[in-house]
Order: sequence, then structure tokens, then C-alpha cells
Amino acid sequence: METILGLDLPTWWFLVIGGLITGYGVLDGFDLGAGSLHLFFNKEESRRLVLNAIGPVWDGNEVWLVIAGGALFAGFPLVYGVIFSTFYIPFMLFLVALIFRAISIEFRSKEPWPWWRKMWDVSYTVSSTAITLLLGLVLGNLIHGLPINKAHEFTGNLWTFFNPYAILIAFTTLSLFMLHGAIYLVMKTENRLYAKLTIMVNNCSKFFILCFILTSMATLIYIPHMTHQFKNHPELFILPMVAVFILLNIKRNIDARKYFTAFFYSCIITSCLLILFAVGLYPNIVLSTTDPAYSISIYQAASSNKSLKIMLLIAAVGTPLVIAYSTFVFWTFRGKVKLTDMSY
Amino acid sequence: MPSVEILSRIQFAFTIAFHYIYPPLSIGLGLCLVIMEGLYLKTGKLLYKEITKFWIKIFALIFGIGVATGIVMEFEFGTNWATYSHYVGDIFGSALAAEGIFAFAMESAFLGVLLFGWDRVHKAVHYFSTIMVAVGSALSALWIVIANSWQQTPAGYRIEGHDLGARAVVTDFWEMVNNPSSVDRYAHVIIGSFLAGAFLVMSVSAWYILKKRFVEHAQAMFKVGLSVAVIAALAQLFTGHRSAHYVSKYQPAKLAAMEGHYDSLAVADMYIIGWVNNKEEKTTGIKIPGGLSFLTHGSFSAPVEGLHATPPEDRPRAVNFVFQTYHMMISIGMTLIGLTLLALILLWRKKLFQQRWLMIIFAWAVLLPQIANQVGWYAAEVGRQPWVVYKLLRTSDALSKKVTADQVMFSLVLFTLVYMLLFMLFLYLLNRKIQHGPDIAGSKHDDDHDQYYPNNLTNLPS
Repeated sequence: METILGLDLPTWWFLVIGGLITGYGVLDGFDLGAGSLHLFFNKEESRRLVLNAIGPVWDGNEVWLVIAGGALFAGFPLVYGVIFSTFYIPFMLFLVALIFRAISIEFRSKEPWPWWRKMWDVSYTVSSTAITLLLGLVLGNLIHGLPINKAHEFTGNLWTFFNPYAILIAFTTLSLFMLHGAIYLVMKTENRLYAKLTIMVNNCSKFFILCFILTSMATLIYIPHMTHQFKNHPELFILPMVAVFILLNIKRNIDARKYFTAFFYSCIITSCLLILFAVGLYPNIVLSTTDPAYSISIYQAASSNKSLKIMLLIAAVGTPLVIAYSTFVFWTFRGKVKLTDMSY
Repeated sequence: MPSVEILSRIQFAFTIAFHYIYPPLSIGLGLCLVIMEGLYLKTGKLLYKEITKFWIKIFALIFGIGVATGIVMEFEFGTNWATYSHYVGDIFGSALAAEGIFAFAMESAFLGVLLFGWDRVHKAVHYFSTIMVAVGSALSALWIVIANSWQQTPAGYRIEGHDLGARAVVTDFWEMVNNPSSVDRYAHVIIGSFLAGAFLVMSVSAWYILKKRFVEHAQAMFKVGLSVAVIAALAQLFTGHRSAHYVSKYQPAKLAAMEGHYDSLAVADMYIIGWVNNKEEKTTGIKIPGGLSFLTHGSFSAPVEGLHATPPEDRPRAVNFVFQTYHMMISIGMTLIGLTLLALILLWRKKLFQQRWLMIIFAWAVLLPQIANQVGWYAAEVGRQPWVVYKLLRTSDALSKKVTADQVMFSLVLFTLVYMLLFMLFLYLLNRKIQHGPDIAGSKHDDDHDQYYPNNLTNLPS
């Protein structure tokens, strides 16, 4: 099999897609988290400020989802079809939530009436939270494995997805994004809103640490293939250790009110958790709980080598561009958020 | 309950038709914004800055809904058409990924600067962002049209595997990208989008002129819209002809359906207006005898391949639907040429803005390019049936095997309700923004109060 820098092409694509999903988690993670926290702010001005803190960037962040989806479609078409048609109802609800979230942000400021704003505030928080929980639920089920038969067909039903482990992962994702969002907001605000947010960051970090511990224990007990990977590759133990180390660092930086550093670490821990998940799966993408032999590996699912190579080139040219645009936008809107006549 | 196939087709048709209200407007408005802001930078006149800001707000509304409804399409390939995804992933996936990474990322990132960056970046940087948003939206369309064109005229691929495990694999990327219909169809789509955007600008301007509000601004906006529309309307005649030509060469059954032509040995007529009876295989109406023969072969007496040349199971069944949508598109295209040329002549003779009747027509004419864009796609997509990938994969084989009819029914009902709500909100907010109009320097413009209270005392100097 053809290799580049010692890795075969499907593995490269596994990394590319993993990188894109991580990019999505890190970037959209904070604005989704900010959305989940939105209703905790009571005053109209506070709500406008926290909304405008994500105003210029949320749309660019969501692009990573579109790109990750496109990359999965392009790199592993078989898996794209299997995952998306398996999670039919969750993904449809996810799409509706995405629509409601986009219009909530866009429409809220268009009328001054309190009921109008309140309605979109609720819609914004509910949709942001629903998106996060659904993503977590899908992720949890992918870690846990699905009843997939020999023909790569899902044999469960809607209730299969609501197993305790997947629900736990859904809430862990929510706690992670809320923490991530709270740290972002505290960086972007000042005065009384800042003071309120410092308390919120503390509460979110407690919620996340609790979920983190529960998830770690549940994974060790219920997800044998994860522990199996660690038995075979003891050097991978560095990953959970890094995660714990970073978690402690986040807590320490929050206590020291160094929010920029804390935000950096919360980006890293999001990446770390997704890498752990990827390591547990590799070289499979979809695990079958019916029979491990029915799991879909990246080699079964990959597009042709030629296509993978072309797209690797597209990704190599495109990704720096995307990072450059994002950096430009984040740099333009650096500093504390201020309301202007063009604000939401 | 209807079958999974028909429900999935209805859902895809509905969600994509609804989505397609918005991207053409974004693309067309993007170009108009580049012109307006360019005029501001060139002349330094505040008026151009005010109309640019006004249209940016409308652009944001349209773009927002376009994005929200666009992600649905990407997901639906996987959820409802898993077999199709597997079959075309090697090819279609790369176009979709390229769209995301090269186009969508660009427009979304710079949109933030466009909307919120007026006070934060230099004028030139803001203008650069406007251009990037406009280029990004046009590039998005490029990759999507390439992907769709590959389904119409596949090229640069080979088939691997067989039966349900079969898939198309890229052999030549550039041949795939530059398949026989990509360029012509892209030109046709993009110019249709310019028309949609330009007619929206002209419609709003015409309405202001009729209501005698923001008259100076409205005339300036109208001229920007008209300059785009007059060129685009004429160019569309050319790209339309080119597109018809590719159809005649690569999809003769579709062309035959478009003109209701059955008999392969007969001379083919071109209809201005007509009706196809598919049962009796008869087409009646006002026609140019031998018109289609002339267009395809350059001779009024040459026979043209008819629907009979294709076995019944391989040709579109909704012949009259294809015929009507295709002809509606052409009639509208001709009307747009007439309208824009008339407006141009009147503008040249400095009589345009006094013609109330014409302003009334322009206020409503925003619907025409929208309808033409919609029905043009209906003709192209329904005319391709029963194939999802022409002559390679049937629509009925492309479904997700494990998705059930009640699941699709659930999502279809959900999307119908959500989109109805979305459309009502869109119209309401668009109307609000138009009622509000551009913010003009010097006149205090507190929300919408001055519009409802024209003699608002707060506006008087104290």
C-alpha cells in the first residue's frame, strides 16, 4: 500500500478528518457553550454582549462542521452513508436545531419587543444545548459500538442510542463546551458581567470535572476495546495523563484568573479527548457490537488512493487558507466586546 | 404510506428548492455590494456607503438562512441516499470537500468582517472582505455545480465492483471537474444568480421610488442593479443556448422531453407555449416548425432523436412537467431581456424614474428570476430521471437501505413545518428592513419611529 511519510493514505485521511472534527469541537465548542449559558444572563445588555462576543465568529466556526462532513463523505463514503443513515432521527433533529440556532442569533435583535427577544433567547439556548447533546450522543454511540450486521446495516432502533454510556458522553460534551464557552466569554467581557462570569467559570469547571471522572470510570469498566488498546500500546497512557494534567492546569489558571491560558488549555483538552477516542477506534471507524468482525475499518471504507491523494492535496492547500482567514477574523475582533450600531 | 423512495425524493426536492431561494440572491447581491462599495471608495460619496450598509444587512439575513438550509443538503446525502453516497463519494465527496474548504470557509469568515468590521478595519480591508465574500459565494456555486454536472455528464471515472457494492472512482481529476457540462451549466447558474440579486435591488429601489422615499438612494441602487441585470440578461441567452447544446449532445432524452418530441425520424419543432399529452404522446401549441432541428443540427429539416429512441424504463416520465418548466424558464428569460433593455433606453433618455407603471412592474419583477432559477433546475433534474447519475445509477437504487418510510415521513413533516415558519419570518424581517430603509447621515433614524411618525418632534432641531 502506498504511503506518505510512513503512513498509508487511509490513515492520513483518518487523521485529516480527526483534525477537522477537533477543529470543529475547539471552535464551535465555545460558541455552542456560550449558547447553553445564554439564559443564565438576566439583563438585556448582558445577553446582547455575550451574543455579540460570538457574533462575528460563530458562522466561520460552523464551517468546520461542513468541511468535516465533506471530508468524511470524500474520504470514507461507506462510513458516511452508514453513520448518517443509522443516526437518521438524531441527525434530523440536529439539523433542525442548527437552523433554529442560526436564526435565533440572526433574528433576536431585529425587534425590540421583550417577548420577541425572550423567545429567541430560549430558542438559542435550547438549540445550542440540543446540538451539543446530540453530537455527544452520536460520539458516545460510536465509542460504544453499534449493532451492525455483516452487510453494514444497523439492526437496532432509536432506543439503542439512549444507552447510559452514550448519555453520559452527551453530558460530558455539554459540560466541556459550557466550560469552554464560559472561559471564552470571560475573556471577552468586563466589569460586572466579567465578575458574574468568573463565578460561572468556576461552576462549569466543577461540572466538567465531575463528568470527566465519571466518563473515565465508565470507559474503563464498560468499553473494553479502549483499555485493550492501552494494554497493547502502553506508551499511549501518556494521553489520559496529559488530559488529567491539563484539567488540573485549567483549574489552576481559573483560580489565578489567567483566562487566556485557561482557554488555551480548554482547547487542548477538547483535542486530547477526541484523540483518545480516535486512538481507541483506529483502524476501525464504526464498531460492531454484534460481532467485531463486522466492524468497518478505514481500509474497507476508504475512497480510491487516487482520490485520497487529490484530496490530501486540496486539504494541504486549503487548511492553511482556512486557518489564515480564521486568524484574521479573530484578530480583527480581538479584545473586549463593544456594542455598535451594527451589533446584534 | 408512500414508499421510502418517493418520500425521500419529495424531501430532497423540497429542501433543495427551498434552499435555492437564497444562494442565488447571495451571489447576485454579493456582486451588487462589490459595485456599491467600489463606487463609495471611488467617489467618496456617503450615499454609496449608506446603500452598501443597507444591502449588507439584507445580505446577512439571506446568507444566514442560506447557510442554515444548506447544511441540510450535505447531511441528506448520507441520511437518505447512503447507497448514492457510497457510489459517488470518491467523486462527489471531493467536490463537496473542496466547496467547504475553498469557498464556504472564505465567505463565512469574511462575512464577520463585512458585517461588524466597519469601525475596526481600514476601508480598503473592508472592501477586500466584501470582494472575498462575493467571490466565496460564487466559488461555492462552482463546486456544487461541478458535482451536479458530473451526475448529468459523468467523466474522468471508472466503475469498480458490481451490483450494490459498485462505485465510481476518479481516474482523472481535471476531466471529472471539467466534465462536458460543468462550464456551461456553471455560467448559466451564476448569471441566473446575478439576475436574482440585481432584480431584488431594483425591486426595492422601484418600491422606494413609487413611495417617494429615499429617492436619491433608490435611484443610485436601481442603476447598480440595472447595470448588472442588463448584461446578465443578455449573457443568459448565450449560456442558455450553450446549455441546451450540451443537453442535445449528451442527454437527448432530456431535450426531447423539454420539447415534447417523441418520434426520432421526425423533424423537431420548437414550442413557444404548449402542452404535452404523454399518454397519447402528442404535443400541441404555438411552435416554430423545425426550430429544434435547426438548433441541434443547423437545419430545419433534419430529424432529431426523440423520446422513442430511449427505452421507456430509461426515460423521464413527467414529460409535460419538464416541458412546462423548461418553457417557463425561457419565457421569463426573454421577458427579462425586454424589461432591462426598455429600462436602459428610458434611463438613457432620462425618463426612467418617472414611469410609474414600469416601477410597479420592477417592484414585482423580483419574482421572475427566482421562478426562472427554480423551474430551470426542475427541468434539469426531473429531465435526468430515472437516473441519479446519468446512465449509471438509478434514483430508486440510490436510497439508504435501512431508513424506513415513517422515519422519512417524520423528517419531511418536520422540515415542512420548520421551513414554513422560516419563510414567514424571512418575509417579515425582509419587509421590516426594507420599510426601515438605509440609515441616512444627518437624519436621526431611531428604529422605525420616524416612519410611523413622519413629523416626529424629536427630529426637529431644538
